[in-house]
Amino acid sequence: MKIDKEILKKIYLTAFKIRKVEEEIADRYKEQEMRCPVHLSIGQELVPAVYSMFVTENDYAVSTHRAHAHYLSKGGSINKMIAEIYGKETGCSKGLGGSMHLIDEEVGFMGSTAIVGGTIPVGTGLGLSIKIKQENKISTVFLGDGSTEEGVFYESLNFAAVKDLPVLYICENNMYSVYSNLEVRQPKNRKIYKLAESIGIKSSHANGYDVEDCYMKLEEAINYVKENKKPFFIELDTYRYREHCGPNYDNHIGYREEQEYKKHLEKDPLNIMKEYLSDESLDIEEKKILEKIDDAFTFAKESQIPKYENIEKYIYKEKN
Amino acid sequence: MRELTFSKAINEALETAMRIDDSVIKYGLGVTDPLGVFNTTLDLEEKFGKDRVFDMPTSENAMTGVAVGASIGGLKPVMTHQRLDFFLLAMDQLVNNAAKWNFMFGGNSSVPITIRLIIGRGWGQGPTHAQSLQAWFAHIPGLKVVMPTTPQDAKGLLLESIFDPNPVIFLEHRWLHNMVGDVPEDDDFRVAIGKCEILKSGNDVTIVSMSYMSIEAIHAAEKLTENGISCEIIDLKTVSPVDWETIYESVEKTKRIIVLDTSSEFASIASDIVAKVSTKFFNVLKSAPQIIALPDVHSPTSYHLSGNYYKDAKDIVVEIANMFDKNIDVSDFMTKEHHDIPGDWFKGPF
Repeated sequence: MKIDKEILKKIYLTAFKIRKVEEEIADRYKEQEMRCPVHLSIGQELVPAVYSMFVTENDYAVSTHRAHAHYLSKGGSINKMIAEIYGKETGCSKGLGGSMHLIDEEVGFMGSTAIVGGTIPVGTGLGLSIKIKQENKISTVFLGDGSTEEGVFYESLNFAAVKDLPVLYICENNMYSVYSNLEVRQPKNRKIYKLAESIGIKSSHANGYDVEDCYMKLEEAINYVKENKKPFFIELDTYRYREHCGPNYDNHIGYREEQEYKKHLEKDPLNIMKEYLSDESLDIEEKKILEKIDDAFTFAKESQIPKYENIEKYIYKEKN
Repeated sequence: MRELTFSKAINEALETAMRIDDSVIKYGLGVTDPLGVFNTTLDLEEKFGKDRVFDMPTSENAMTGVAVGASIGGLKPVMTHQRLDFFLLAMDQLVNNAAKWNFMFGGNSSVPITIRLIIGRGWGQGPTHAQSLQAWFAHIPGLKVVMPTTPQDAKGLLLESIFDPNPVIFLEHRWLHNMVGDVPEDDDFRVAIGKCEILKSGNDVTIVSMSYMSIEAIHAAEKLTENGISCEIIDLKTVSPVDWETIYESVEKTKRIIVLDTSSEFASIASDIVAKVSTKFFNVLKSAPQIIALPDVHSPTSYHLSGNYYKDAKDIVVEIANMFDKNIDVSDFMTKEHHDIPGDWFKGPF
């Protein structure tokens, strides 16, 4: 492999952290204490894990309804995320947002929202602020294949191209918009990254299940935005193992084949990385991560519930 | 004090805001064109440069989201649309993002953006160039909705809107742009959001009004005074949040209320004010509250239909006279050759 083992180890551990957080949410969901929709990223960990190698807390990122992985990869607090899903006062959005509305501005995670395509222009606008304020950072928009069918996708990319904004668009193509396959939503022989290219944005494509490809192409994409201060669009193929929304598997309900899931599972990047690393010290690192996750759930469960008397507190921000 | 047109007052507010704060940016379709959005954005590009003042792609929704993003990145964007109707494409970014951002992220991040929208009337503006949808915006928690009437308020409220930490919808009535009025000399003159103003004190009936209809109310009140009815005119200035206290105090005094609205009546600001006042002053009111608003029909384009559709001072006089069981002859009152223009200055096309 062309990737240095120390770097690969970091990627693996970030992906591991994401997967274990998500699995813990899935396992505990039946307790009925996390009373909001959860869109888990299990199966889609590699792209955000690799991404985290090339950005700092200084850079901006925004995301979608399926945001846990992006939030964590950017360095967002696990405790605050889990508390948010439990609807607690200590949550990153004080329990007002839930799983789909995560924020941790201290690490540059500027927000995730639930309406498909909703943050594409927001991340683009962050790019505009970087340009006008002449800051040394980039803005990343995480988006899914479904959002490339929205009007704001075209509108935002067009604006980023017109203005040369330092925005990286990371399209995680998991082939499904809820249960609707890409084939019923987009023309068969048109690739999403080619669509972006035709709008005037330099683009590329990578296999989001191949560590090397993912690493090389993301590095190239991010460096392009940093060096040229222009937008870049990268499409990465990926796959979610669980249902669109919720803790379960849904291969039996009839919109996709069990075989398709198994095919991806065989190429699971976490398994491949771990096998390749064959590093015994990983066990210690993994154990530390599992402890942190366990602590986060304890923190969330023990945290104060928000007070209804304060429900109007954040309707408007008060003037200084 | 000096006299300025409403549009010049807007222009001054923008110039002041951009001069005193580098984070203020201004964009919208036509912002840098030779007409400068009815003269309101003239000279801004020359003064503040192409980075901060720019025309934009015809992408209302994304450009609203861009404003949200730019604002959480530390800027204060001011957008303009030549008609409110075009902005309907941006309701997703406005309602799902801008209005909720501070709330749904637990107060961690707010969106200081100002969106100027222009409401058309007359000259065949018709179904899609004349919608007065303040009630839509006011229905959404988290938005502030401002509707100035005078040049003074246009300047003071726009400056206040730009420096408010929340999203503000700033509604300009096209018929006010050439209206002249006194504006203080103070460069950075502010008018508070959420406060209405008593334009004229009176004892017999409270007229609550907004935007262009307040001008018609002033004319109507003069005619009513001649006929022994003393009107108190409250100009709302902000339609969300409403300054209820000032309205309540007035109604306690006059015991009668009529609300004028620039929009259709059903589910309007006027109907909400009447509902609240009726509930609170059920035993105090001497006559049934009234509303003068547009019919629940789209604005017709034809010159031959718009005369009946729109309301003016005559309608106000007749309605208030009815509240006092009086008949006032309005046949010679405020007659003008054409009903569909605000004055001789308006020659079209929009």
